[in-house]
Amino acid sequence: MKKLFTVLLITLISFCSFSQGNEKTIPSVEVKTLDGGTFNTENISNEGKPIVISFWATWCSPCKRELNNIADIYEDWVEETGVKLIAISIDDSRNMAKVAPYVNGQGWEYDVYIDPNQDLKRAMNVNNVPHTFLLDGNGNIVWQHNSYAEGDEEELFEKIQKLAKDGTL
Amino acid sequence: MNKQKTFYGTLKKSLFLLLIPIASNHIIAQDDESNNSNTEQNKIDAGNISGNFQVLTQFYQPDSLIGAKDVPEDVLMNGFLNLNYNRGNFSAGIRYEAYQNPLLGYPTGFKGQGIPYKYAKYSHEDIEVTAGNYYEQLGSGMIFRTYEDRNLGYDNAMEGFRVKYQPFAGVQLKGVIGKQRSYFTLGQGIVRGIDGEITINDLFKNLKEKKTKVLLGGSFVSKFQPDEDANLVLPENVGAYGGRLNIIRGGFNFMGEYVYKINDPSGDNGFIYKNGEGVLVQTTYSTKGFGLSLSAKRIDNMSFRSDRNAALTNLMINYHPALTRQHSYNLLATLYPYATQPNGEVAFQGELIYKIPKKSKLGGKYGWTILVNYSSANNIDTTGISGIDSTRQGYTSEYFSLGKVYFKDFNIELAKKFSKSFKAKLTYANIAYNKDVIQGKSGYGVIYADVVVAEMTYKFNSKNSLRTELQSLTTEQDQGDWATVLLEYSRSPHWFFAIMDQYNYGNHDPKKVLHYPTISMGYNNKATSFIITYGKQREGLFCVGGVCRAVPASNGVSLLITTSF
Repeated sequence: MKKLFTVLLITLISFCSFSQGNEKTIPSVEVKTLDGGTFNTENISNEGKPIVISFWATWCSPCKRELNNIADIYEDWVEETGVKLIAISIDDSRNMAKVAPYVNGQGWEYDVYIDPNQDLKRAMNVNNVPHTFLLDGNGNIVWQHNSYAEGDEEELFEKIQKLAKDGTL
Repeated sequence: MNKQKTFYGTLKKSLFLLLIPIASNHIIAQDDESNNSNTEQNKIDAGNISGNFQVLTQFYQPDSLIGAKDVPEDVLMNGFLNLNYNRGNFSAGIRYEAYQNPLLGYPTGFKGQGIPYKYAKYSHEDIEVTAGNYYEQLGSGMIFRTYEDRNLGYDNAMEGFRVKYQPFAGVQLKGVIGKQRSYFTLGQGIVRGIDGEITINDLFKNLKEKKTKVLLGGSFVSKFQPDEDANLVLPENVGAYGGRLNIIRGGFNFMGEYVYKINDPSGDNGFIYKNGEGVLVQTTYSTKGFGLSLSAKRIDNMSFRSDRNAALTNLMINYHPALTRQHSYNLLATLYPYATQPNGEVAFQGELIYKIPKKSKLGGKYGWTILVNYSSANNIDTTGISGIDSTRQGYTSEYFSLGKVYFKDFNIELAKKFSKSFKAKLTYANIAYNKDVIQGKSGYGVIYADVVVAEMTYKFNSKNSLRTELQSLTTEQDQGDWATVLLEYSRSPHWFFAIMDQYNYGNHDPKKVLHYPTISMGYNNKATSFIITYGKQREGLFCVGGVCRAVPASNGVSLLITTSF
């Protein structure tokens, strides 16, 4: 068994070095829509414009601070850069039913999906929420950030602006 | 971009070096890289590797005043590394975990290290197959849910096979079989399950455009464990089934689920032969600026584990969502949080959220947000069977009446942004908490407490801000009154610095009127964080999703390092 893992690891290493220059994209994972349907994340797109994917939960205060702060200025962001924010809730069956009321209650204009089995969270290697990814127009992950402090959205917006203008960071 | 590449490159290499201390492998990897980095085709073919890493280390100092015991090792550590490989439709991965030894309050079963999680997954059009470890949930999880919470020390992953198949649009089938993880081994029982979900609207063409959407689902789960009991004839195969219905129309959503389990004598229910059942109903309505949710649940004898003798959070097959608000302020979240009672519980919850619009007369420039939440949980109303109970049914229960109080929480939250630089949030909660039942203690009874929290955030400028929490918990019972002050200064995007003091000023025992100060500092860069904390941690409960673990008092320095790559 141990030998097998060593072999596996070595294989992984060589693959890793091959893939050093590979851009990571959004994995293909099924998440839930707010109206009970399913959605495959490989279909995430924004007509060549930047995309922000933000992991949050109804019980996570810094997550809600981040998304509420962005909500106040989101209109301006979209107008200037065409960015789209996708909020992925990792709430499980305990709080899942509260996601839509919270999102609508706060009047968020984001695309919101629920990842109750945390498949996407695992596939994107998120340790703790909030965790925010920035994707370029081709769906490549070009930047990510863990945790949130007031004002962090400005750094994110600077990156979005640069991405919208130059197509790369 | 180049800088970032180098950063990730260095990080990956150092992680691998840590993992396999064979220098030659590393050199080979580097050679390959230099040879192939310019060959576009190789890059695309090779797929990619990603992962994450977290280590939490704590240095302990005894403190007899707060009850922090001497830790013989002085230093304890929990850590893990996930590696995922992904190429097209194929993915595989492992998780290495090490506990040298587990942190205080963490399940001691984790002592040691190993690779308890490994999987390979292939998906093609309408089928997906997973071999190895996986996490899965059928319906709301009341008869089957395997999941992990690394911070909680909860991991009941399946090891075996899983198949997902979509024969045609609107129908989704799942099958699972395997054994469950129990620390670094597997439980004895074998768990099998199937699930089907139908989206009615996708089945028939003329229903597709209908505003009302209907989903139907059903599952069957069974476990096998040999009967090795000398006195009782125990069922070796225990089956459970469930059905669910979801109706959605516009902002309205109704979800109902019923589950049933045949007799399953276990350590949890005192080896009675009664069947178990549960029902969960949730309704929500929301529109812009308004959200309402109502839920009700009743469970009776629904503990379901793949080992009938297991205890604590070990080898649970199912999950019972707690219908209470999951608070995040420290006193509310860690002193009196509710944990679900799988043996029997009737629970209700209602939550209303309303946003007074901005630029309205009442709302002012930025508007207000109001959240009102009420939840309650009681025991089911049971009557023990006295005299001859030859079939060992244990008790009978009255369906529509309530037993003793487990938990009640009425809370209201007002949030308002006053200006570009200042916002505040005020929370009030009134709590009733049956400490004897929820924490398995005796002599405390039901504790009644009032909690008030004022949170204020002031932004000095776009990068610098100060967040303050003033919390008060008052009660005549248990440890008496508590107050917490938190000051958190953050300098975006990299630094934060925080001081917190919890003060048990109302303790009836003058020797226990104590301060619990902590000071912490953190640095974040991209997907990497470092947090160092020094101070005293009071005894409390750490809960995620209604599952709790007790954290003992401790004193010392801790360092958390976490990254994703």
